[in-house]
Amino acid sequence: MSLTLIVFAVVKRDMQQAVKRPSDLLTVFCFFILSSGLFAIGIGPDPELQKNIGVGVIWASALLASILALGELFSGDERDGVLEQMLLVPEPLTVIMLAKIIGHWVVTGLPIVLVSPFLGIFFGFSTNALLVLASSLLLGTPILSLLGAVGAALTLGVRGATALAALLILPLYIPVLVFGSLATNAALIGTEVSSHLSLLVALLIFALVLAPLFVSASLKVALD
Amino acid sequence: MKKIVTEVIPLNFWKYSTPKTVFPIASKVIPMAFLFAVILCVAGIYVGFFVAPTDFQQGEVYRIIFIHVPSAWMSMFIYIIIVFWSLMGLIFNTRLSFMMAQSLAPTGAVMTVIALWTGALWGKPTWGTWWVWDARLTSELILLFLYIGYIVLGASIDDIRRSDRTSAILALIGAVNIPIIYFSVEWWSTLHQGASISLTAAPKMAASMFLGLCLMSLSFWMYTIGAAFYRLRIVILKREKSSTWLREFEGAP
Repeated sequence: MSLTLIVFAVVKRDMQQAVKRPSDLLTVFCFFILSSGLFAIGIGPDPELQKNIGVGVIWASALLASILALGELFSGDERDGVLEQMLLVPEPLTVIMLAKIIGHWVVTGLPIVLVSPFLGIFFGFSTNALLVLASSLLLGTPILSLLGAVGAALTLGVRGATALAALLILPLYIPVLVFGSLATNAALIGTEVSSHLSLLVALLIFALVLAPLFVSASLKVALD
Repeated sequence: MKKIVTEVIPLNFWKYSTPKTVFPIASKVIPMAFLFAVILCVAGIYVGFFVAPTDFQQGEVYRIIFIHVPSAWMSMFIYIIIVFWSLMGLIFNTRLSFMMAQSLAPTGAVMTVIALWTGALWGKPTWGTWWVWDARLTSELILLFLYIGYIVLGASIDDIRRSDRTSAILALIGAVNIPIIYFSVEWWSTLHQGASISLTAAPKMAASMFLGLCLMSLSFWMYTIGAAFYRLRIVILKREKSSTWLREFEGAP
């Protein structure tokens, strides 16, 4: 089977499973909106203040939602033995894992990207800032899925896995948070955004190359 | 005429990769390392507080450098050693390498806390703030969380083989943070000052200040060696408690 076909097959399977059990998706999606909303309610109705903290709130909520989504990434496949089969097949595990991560991003990351402009409107962003917010999340959320997959693979089957994955991975999310919010904040005050977005692209390429390797290595150790 | 026979004894590094060989060495090294740490610390503090001149810009407060800089160096260096031993363990499959890495981690975390704490104490009088979220301080804080994550991950997996390997992989992933900490003051314009000491140029400080820093750094080195070997002994005692060599070594029946 060619590598592209493997990727398509795995992504398709993950999306079918997600459609069968929409509650997992909805939890992450609603958590993202609720978390942003809680901050907005907590700081009160001052529109200027809301505009200033909006970027940080939306980005931090995206980070937390991404961590919350990790729980079922590998554990479902581990329970029914599919993960073991993935390790046994002759096709490279890194490619299969990359496909798993892509599928995970499509069902958990992409909805966050799509809903983010609406949240931006609630915080009073300009049209340009809304576009930059969505595009920075479009570049940033795949990095979150890639790094998060490493955390999920490291903590697979460990007691308190999600909390532990959060402790391990949230510090590594910080560069994404920094450059993503810098880009959107730059759009809000009307300065150049492309340099921050370029750095996000660089991080994405870096994670795209390394994360599947670390995921595969961790899973091999976990299912040894 | 006598024939001179030269015998080449191959140096066997693997000899030192077993707990059995290292355990007695560690037992001998621990008291020596702690003794040197105390002597060097006393000498370093004497030079730092009574010999080194007052800084013309920062006054007396700069003297916290004699604790801040060595602990910050050690916090990064210990992580590099952990990465080294993790790699060794993953490549050569040596149990002792993982034990070494795990024995170093708590000392690394302590050094990171000391560096952050003394940095805050230094920041208040010189910058007017305990903390800023600049690149150097943030990346050092990330290092602390990496240490804590490494320790917690290792502790929460019961199977020793998996625990060793999984935490080693985490150590490798976190290694990306070390160059970020080190170069952060060059890459971004930060409130944290740049380095005054480099390997390639003469130190930009008075000779007695440099001497004080060297003594304190050596003291921290000695402490790290002592503490790591102390912890290594405990790890070996725990893991090898049923082995015959340990019983023979302790002279128990």
